[in-house]
Amino acid sequence: MSRTSRTRRARSAEAVARILTGGAALGVVAVALFVLGYIVYNGIGAIDFTFLTDVPRDRGREGGILPVIVGTIWVTTATAALTLPIGVLAGIYLSEYAPRNLATRAIRLAITNMAGVPSIVYGLFGLAAFVLTAGLGRSIIASALTLTCMTLPVVITATEEALRQIPQDLRQASLALGATRLRTIYKVVLPAAAPGIITGSILGLARAAGETAPILFTGAVFQMRRLPEDLSSQFMSLPYHIYAQVTSVPGWNRTLVWGTALVLVAGVSVVSVIAALWRSAQRRRVKW
Amino acid sequence: MSIPPSHGERRRGRTTMRRAAEGVVLAFIYVCGWLAIIILAAIALFLILNSVRALNEAGLGSMLSGTAWYPTSNPGKFGMLPLILGSLLVTAVALVVSVPLGVAAAVFISEFSGTGVKDIMKSIIEFMAAVPSVVYGLIGVAVVIPLVKDVFALNSGMTALAGGIVLGVMSLPTVISISEDALHAVPFDLRQGSAALGNTRWQTTYKVTIPAASSGIFAAVMLGLGRAIGETMAVLMLTGNAAIMPTSVLESVRTMTGTIAAEMGEVVQGGLHYSVLFAVGLVLFVITFAINLAADLVLEGQRKRWRR
Repeated sequence: MSRTSRTRRARSAEAVARILTGGAALGVVAVALFVLGYIVYNGIGAIDFTFLTDVPRDRGREGGILPVIVGTIWVTTATAALTLPIGVLAGIYLSEYAPRNLATRAIRLAITNMAGVPSIVYGLFGLAAFVLTAGLGRSIIASALTLTCMTLPVVITATEEALRQIPQDLRQASLALGATRLRTIYKVVLPAAAPGIITGSILGLARAAGETAPILFTGAVFQMRRLPEDLSSQFMSLPYHIYAQVTSVPGWNRTLVWGTALVLVAGVSVVSVIAALWRSAQRRRVKW
Repeated sequence: MSIPPSHGERRRGRTTMRRAAEGVVLAFIYVCGWLAIIILAAIALFLILNSVRALNEAGLGSMLSGTAWYPTSNPGKFGMLPLILGSLLVTAVALVVSVPLGVAAAVFISEFSGTGVKDIMKSIIEFMAAVPSVVYGLIGVAVVIPLVKDVFALNSGMTALAGGIVLGVMSLPTVISISEDALHAVPFDLRQGSAALGNTRWQTTYKVTIPAASSGIFAAVMLGLGRAIGETMAVLMLTGNAAIMPTSVLESVRTMTGTIAAEMGEVVQGGLHYSVLFAVGLVLFVITFAINLAADLVLEGQRKRWRR
């Protein structure tokens, strides 16, 4: 085969490869934009003052979703309050204290495997452990504990990664001034790592807010007359509300369900995208 | 300024206090560090404890090999095979959608695109991963089910195919981001070496970069598979949930996850059916655990390979 034809073939293979992989990437973008556009297009008509401030009426076919939004905020806040301290401490352990041995490797393996446990299995675990064995009943706190187990791997990994990026010089400078190891972490390392920890955790918590399977048996309910009053109340939740409407309300109101989906996706994705953008901006700005 | 006589005393007191406080915090740090293992063990323990009755009365062998799932008949029949095959079928469809599309997109992002495009793609993937599964389910109900129904002229679009397509889209972010990581981790020297030998970008990619990243891409596929098999809400809303032995992707199937979600609300706590659902959860846990462990070991191997 002559040299030129081989070059030509390589060139055309290059072009075909670029078109095919670029097409795949474009396809992914198209799907994402379609998902976003479809939700906004169908849901935007439902969003008005009544929808956001009224209670569901006629089994959700009419009225608004105020208790649904409030319930989601309750359970997500409780999850955050449980996950953040535990996850950050665990991340500190892995980054600053854990010895390089088999036990630490087992912990890391457990963390990555926790992230892969199906959400419905967390639901079963929450039902057995928190609702029944711990006697918490179906409640916000039982759901929050279940979601905490699910979200912990994300927060731990985010914390550990953020702490690892802080150079040793900073720690050594603080130790040289006579600070203890713990004080160094608390006063120097944690503040420097805060952006990474916070964004990573927000991403994890946003996912938790959209989860349905873990709260199915641990506290979410179809209908509540009042808003939740404390952590032992049951609650309504945006993802559960969508599921329950579609599967168990004959003649469900499409506009209102899409409106609910829009509220959920807007809340979750706006927070996630802002957190992701903020993190990459921080990464570019801070150079040690 | 004179130093009060008690100063030394007080200082020692403060140091002791601080030491004690540090001890407490340190104890917390150690406990939290080990919590992941504790939680994972607790999940396994609670699943096993609650499955005991099912394992004793229905038997693991007959549950895993039984082809009839009639949990509410008397006596109930708890053959899980239709559920396991249902899960596998939906997952297979999902992989057919997500692997070619996801790996190709990852190659484009890693090898053929500039920083600007890369950032945009990453935000878009972040968005796709952030959309809750119940919303994907809703979109499936509104778009994919009617589409499948019309294209294949079926009575109902609630099929393994519909569930699998949506599941495939849902596992795209996992497949893309982990494949992209794997490609990105291949040292730049290798690419330069290949380019210096006169290879084009694409020749370098398929002769050097992709083989070097192959174990990571394999892990991405495994993790995508783990995600798909464990997904609940979308399949519950889309596959029609008929607990029969599946014969084609154009039929309604019922997955393990969907079964737990749909039936747990209606069972007697502590009853046999309740226990069997925990046994289904246990099977699911073991399958996903094995998949994740395998993917993890592969990724760890790759990380070691490029660390040097």
